[in-house]
This record gives sequence, C-alpha cells and structure tokens, in this order.
Amino acid sequence: MADAHAHAAAHAAPPELRHHFVDLPAQREASSLGMWLFLVTEVLFFGGMFTAYVVYRSTYRRAFEGASNLLDIKLGAINTGVLIMSSLTMAMAVWAASVGKKKLIILFLLATIGLGSVFLGIKYVEYKQKFDHHEVPGPHFVVPHDEKTHEPLPRQAEMFFSLYFCMTGLHALHMIIGVGLLTWLIVKARADAFSPRYYTPVDNVGLYWHFVDIVWIFLFPLLYLLGRHTL
Amino acid sequence: MSQNGSHSRAPKAYFLVFAALMFFTALTVWAAFQHLGVWNTPVALAIAVTKALLVALIFMHLKSSPRLTILVVAASVLWLAFLIVITVSDYVTRAWLPIYPR
Amino acid sequence: MSTPTATPSQRVDYLNASYGVKSWLLTTDHKRIAILYLIGITFFFAIGGLAAALIRLELLTPAGDVFQAEMYNRIFTTHGVMMVFFFMIPGIPGVLGNFLIPLMIGAKDVAFPRLNLLSWYLFAIGGLTALWAVVHGGVDTGWTFYTPYSTVYANGWVVVTAVGIFISGFSSILTGLNFLVTLHTMRAPGMTWMRLPLFCWGMYATGIIQILGTPVIAITLLLVAAERIFHLGVFDPAQGGDPVLFQHLFWFYSHPAVYIMILPAMAVISELVTAFSRKPIFGYKFIAASSVAIAVLSFLVWGHHMFVSGQSVYAGLVFSILSFMVAIPSAIKVFNWTATLYKGSVSYQTPLLYALGFIGLFTFGGLTGLMLATLGLDVHVHDTYFIVAHFHYIMVGGTIMAYLGGLHYWWPKISGKLYPEYWSRVSAWVIFIGFNLTFFPQFIVGYLGMPRRYHAYPEEFQVLNVMSTAGASILGIGYVIPLIYFVYSMRYGKDAADNPWGATGLEWQTPSPPPTENFPDTPVVTGRPYDYLTGREEEAVG
Repeated sequence: MADAHAHAAAHAAPPELRHHFVDLPAQREASSLGMWLFLVTEVLFFGGMFTAYVVYRSTYRRAFEGASNLLDIKLGAINTGVLIMSSLTMAMAVWAASVGKKKLIILFLLATIGLGSVFLGIKYVEYKQKFDHHEVPGPHFVVPHDEKTHEPLPRQAEMFFSLYFCMTGLHALHMIIGVGLLTWLIVKARADAFSPRYYTPVDNVGLYWHFVDIVWIFLFPLLYLLGRHTL
Repeated sequence: MSQNGSHSRAPKAYFLVFAALMFFTALTVWAAFQHLGVWNTPVALAIAVTKALLVALIFMHLKSSPRLTILVVAASVLWLAFLIVITVSDYVTRAWLPIYPR
Repeated sequence: MSTPTATPSQRVDYLNASYGVKSWLLTTDHKRIAILYLIGITFFFAIGGLAAALIRLELLTPAGDVFQAEMYNRIFTTHGVMMVFFFMIPGIPGVLGNFLIPLMIGAKDVAFPRLNLLSWYLFAIGGLTALWAVVHGGVDTGWTFYTPYSTVYANGWVVVTAVGIFISGFSSILTGLNFLVTLHTMRAPGMTWMRLPLFCWGMYATGIIQILGTPVIAITLLLVAAERIFHLGVFDPAQGGDPVLFQHLFWFYSHPAVYIMILPAMAVISELVTAFSRKPIFGYKFIAASSVAIAVLSFLVWGHHMFVSGQSVYAGLVFSILSFMVAIPSAIKVFNWTATLYKGSVSYQTPLLYALGFIGLFTFGGLTGLMLATLGLDVHVHDTYFIVAHFHYIMVGGTIMAYLGGLHYWWPKISGKLYPEYWSRVSAWVIFIGFNLTFFPQFIVGYLGMPRRYHAYPEEFQVLNVMSTAGASILGIGYVIPLIYFVYSMRYGKDAADNPWGATGLEWQTPSPPPTENFPDTPVVTGRPYDYLTGREEEAVG
C-alpha cells in the first residue's frame, strides 16, 4: 500500500531533508541550481557597470589610461594574490566538509575570512590614498596629473574614478557580505550542522566566494593595468 | 561521498590551480608593461578569461556539474555579451553616417 | 476519488489550517503567499488607478487647469511606477504563479518556500518605500527616470523611489529563481516537460527574463542613486557622462520587462482557451517553444525605445528588424489559440469572455507594435499618445484581462467558492467597453500629434480626450464590480466542487480549496496534457 511505504520513508527521512522535497538528492539538485541562478543575476548585475566601463574607456581612452596609472599596482597585485589564495582556502573548506573533517572546515573558513579581511584592509588603504589626493569624483575632485608626463589629465579622468569606486565598491560590499556568510558557516560548523551527507551551505557560500574572486580577476586588469604600457 | 554529482576533488588539483592562477597574475602584470600595441587589451582579457575558467571549472566544480548548470553559466555569459556588444555597436556605428558632429 | 469527501465546513484546507495574523505573515505555504500577493497588488493597483483617474480628470479640458505642470508630472510618474513595478510585474507570477505551479506539477510547494515569503516581503517593502516617496511629494521624472534630469535636476524623491524599485526587483528575481528551480526539479513522476501545462511553460519563460534582465535595472538604479548622492556624473553630459548609456542600460531590462508582464498572461490564456473549448490545445509544442523564443528575443530589441535618442541609425535598423521578429512567436500563439477554439465545444463563461477579449485586444495592440517597430513611423509617433495607446492595449487589454480571466477561472480552487456568473459577465462587458472607449481614441489623438506627459493640449483634441476620460470612468467601475463580488463570494458564495469546470490538470484533482500539502499522495502522471474526451461526456477522472 502506498501509505505504508510513505509512512516508512517519513520515519527514515534525514533531519536535513526539507519536507517538500522527495529526497536529499532532489534537494541538493535544487539548491545547487538555485545558487547558480543567483550567480547568473550577479553576472548581469556587475555586467551593467562593465558595459559603462567599455563605453567610456573607448570614448576617453587617454584619460582612462592616465588615470589607471595612478592606481597602486603593487597593492592591486597583492590583493589579487590574496583573493586567489582565499579561493584556495575556500575550496579546501568545501573539500573538508565533503569528507567530514570539522576542525579543518573551521580552519579553512577562518583562513578565508582572514585573507578576505586583508583584501578589505588593503582596499581601505587604497581608498584613503585616493581621498587624500582628491581623486574621489564629485565636488572635491581635482584633476590629477599624468604619472609620466606630469601634464594634467583630461577632465574625464573623473569618469574613470567614478567607475573605479563604483565597481570596486560594489565588489568590496560583496566581500563584506561574504565574510559575514563565512562567519555564519563557522557558527554552524561548530554546531555540527555539516556532514559528508549534507554540506550544501558550505558548497553554496563557496560558489559565492569564487564568483566574487572571478569578478576581481576581471576588475584587476581592466582598472589597474590598462594604461601601464604607456609608461 | 559526493554531492549532486560534483565530486569532492582531492586537494592536489586545487593547489595546482592555485599555482597556475598566481603564475597568470604575474604574467598579466608583466604583459601590461610590454608595448603590444592593440594587443595589450586582448592579451589581458585572454589571461583573465583563462583564470576565470580555472576558478569556475575546478574551484566551482563546473567541470563535473550537470549539463544544466553549464548551460545556465553559458547563458549568463552570452547575455552579458548581448548587453555589451549591442550597446557598444550603437556607439561604434554612429560615425558610419556622416550626419553626426564629431 | 479515493478519500471520502468531507463537507467543506469540516475539511481542513490551507485557508482554515491555522488562524491569526502570524500564521499568514510567517507562512511558507505557496497558496497563502499567493493570497498575500493578491492583497498587495490590489492595493498598489488602487494607488496607480487613482493616479490614472487624476490624469484623465486633468485631460478633460485642453488647458492645464486642474494641476500645475510639475504636479501633473508627479501624478503620471506615480501611475507608471506603481502600475509597472508593483502591479504588472509581480501580478500574475505572484498570485497565479505562486498558487498554481506546485499544484499543476504535483508538488507540495515551490523549491524554496522561505525565499518565497521573503519575495513577498521584498515586494511589500519596496512598494511601501515607493509609496512613502509618493506621499511625500513623489517624483516627476516619469517611470523611465531619464538622465540627466533624474540624476541632476529633478527635485523630489528620486533616490527613495529608486530604492523602492530596487528592493522590489529582488522580489522579482527570487520569484523567477524559485519558479525555474521548481519546474526543473520538482515535477511529479511522469510529468515530463512535454506534459507540463502551458501555464508552467509561460512561467518558466518569464523566470528566464526575471533572472537575466532584472539585475541590469538594479545596477542602473544604483548608479542613478550614486550619481544623485555623490555627484558622480556617470550619466551627466556636463561631467562627460552619456544619457544615452542610461537609456541602453534602462531599456535592456525594461523591454524584456514588458514580456514579464505578457508571458504570464499568455500562459493563462492557453489554459482558458483549451478548457473552454474542451479540446486539446492546438500546437502544444509550438506554444511552449514560442514562450521560450519570446523570452530570448525580447532581450535583443530594446533599442526600439531609442529610435529618436541619437542612437546610431544602423543600430536602429537592426533593432527594428529584430522587433518585427519578436512578434512572430506571439502571432504563432494567437493562431494556435484560434485553432483550438475552432470546432471546439465552446462555452462562453466569464473566463472565456476575458480570454476572447485578450485575443482580440492583444492582437490589435500587437499590430500597432509592429507599426512602432517601423523606424520611420515611430519617429512620427514617438512620445505621443499613440505609444500610450499601444502599450495600454497590451498591458490592460491584454495582461489585465488575462489576469481577471485567470482569477475567475481558478477562483473556485483558490477560495472554494463560486463567484456570481451574472455579475461577472456584466463586469467583463463593462471592462471591455470601457477599455476600448478609453484607449482607442488615444491612437487617433496620438497620431494627430498630441504628445504624452503633457497636462495641456491643443483644443482640437478635446473631443477625443473627453471620450477617453468617459471610457476610463466606465473601466474603473468595471474593475470595482469584481472586487465587490469576489469578496462577497468568500462569505456568501456557493461552495465549489473540486473540478467545477470539468477541466484537465492536476490542480483540479485536489479539493477546492486544497489542503496545505496539496496532494495526500504524490500523483503519477500518465496521460497527455489537455486530454479532453472529444464528442462524449467527460468521465470522472480519478
């Protein structure tokens, strides 16, 4: 009788299974698809600003190249390395969850938070430099001078900095949210919420973190490197 | 034990990818200072795309994900291409008709 | 049916399963969330409708004598913002999509019930935020927020309104995400893609647009807000910005957005047409494929809103051709619906009256859309009432009629009650007549040159404007009548059977109203969709 089977299955239902899903594989499939669809929205979200960047860079090439050279390439490169390393530790955290090593999960999550915080700290230093040099767009903007020729840059350098702050600012906001999510994961891990059978939240936050890394992988050359060949 | 077909990869692959990503970062910084003319940008983008693919395929397990997931990711890239390419095509083709002030 | 039928007063269903405000505001039941959306969108529709009434009041006379120009601008902006973002876009997905999709596929709920509730809260909070802006004086930029007026020169609550729309955009994204995952992963055994009700195909296509399009307007609104607050100049020519870039980014979403508004409506019509012809729908695969084709093509035509903005003529040409192409799948649907009705056993009940109204008015409005896709003609009628009439034919003559048709059709399932058939037919006719009287004159007056968004107009347009206002009054009455009898029916209406229409579909295999878990046992699907027995009495389908 179908009822008896359903009855037995209900008793065997693992605690992580939400009632509207047939079984854990179905739930995992849904969670994974849902997370990837969310990342698709993030691609288009950042994509709007990349569009603005492409349009304005092609229109104001010299201004953009000159302004880009005013960014600190050392800090930018270090940040890129830091973020790549944090992707490694994040991937390790997911792996640790998949083999049920609770201490390693927490260790790698902490490492990821640490590296993410380093990234944010360096970004703060960079932003502060910009504030001090009046390179923040708006009423207090002062047209900066070219690194090499020391001529004033075209006034559309301000547009570069508008995009720089908007794009890296939105990216930094995503990092901050990511750090929050990682902290939440540590809390859950300590409460033994994860097992090799169920570690979906770790997997999903991992996807999010890697995505934020990918955004930076594009931001770094587009913002920091585009004018270096003129030096 | 695996989760929805994406197998928990042994850590070794992750370290290899990490090394590759660091190498490509150094490469793109070095290439930026070279005088490659019009090729500076395509080279930088190619390196960035390679890095992104490494992260997506290996760190994000896209390589061992269901086909639907790969389709979803491909769709997002395609749509981003629609947005950028079609918008830029407006600006690029304006000069074709010699009625706009330049 | 295997279980004995308890009388409705004894049976536990999703409405009486628990009582109290908390049980509604903290529900994760997709059916209750649908009711929450129903209340929400009706509320915002009333606000937008009030704004419309004020617009038509001003336009009774040629002089701008009721409101100052700037006040009038705030009114039509309120009308647009409320109707587009807080009624049309959330409307059918939030109400009918939420209620029906799990039932139609034999599932217990959507994939992410808690996200679903969050969706509703984001919609409500976004709407109330925008409403706060309206109450405190509103915005006069038009719902399109063109820069640099909106970013530099406009006085008013631009940022607050933008934030309200931004928040509501997340609601739309989460709804689309939920529906896509639900349809992919939670179909009952035997419910293959080709057995899916066409309503679900339509909602699937809508979800594609919601996921891919909404984020772009989200970032655009953020940039507008950033520009206003931090004086950035991304879209301000004085600082090197390009207003046309804003338009590209804005319309990249806002054109597909109109398909978020029409695809669910078409999805409803597919269900109504087949049920009231008692025939399998003609060309199931074509209708399903057309829905997805519309979703994809809709992203490639946005420049037809920008023919006179300074956009490249060559880009305009390509957008024009693509805009012609996007009409083709819609036309395919109209042909298939017509073919379904042909030689069907047609019963002219209220839902079908709305469906027929939809087919006629949507086709008419759609054809005027082809006129607008014609670049040369659009240059003449751009920013006139011709455009206004075109999109109202689609959105009001199309979507709202489909929404009402669907609401009537599924009302017995949603409420367990029957609405009064006589009054429902009366209001359907009142709405149809009122609608045409309101908007047909606008085609004429627009072609003759009356611009949109002006509070005053030349004397020679007054007769047509008076007709339009008269029509709007009738239309308003037509909308109030169902509001009254739906509420009335919940208390005094006749109890509905499980399947009062004798229709196919899993949603009719469960009681009216359904229990919270939808189906006591997971259904197994074995037959084709719309498997109406032709030429014989419908047998009880167990």
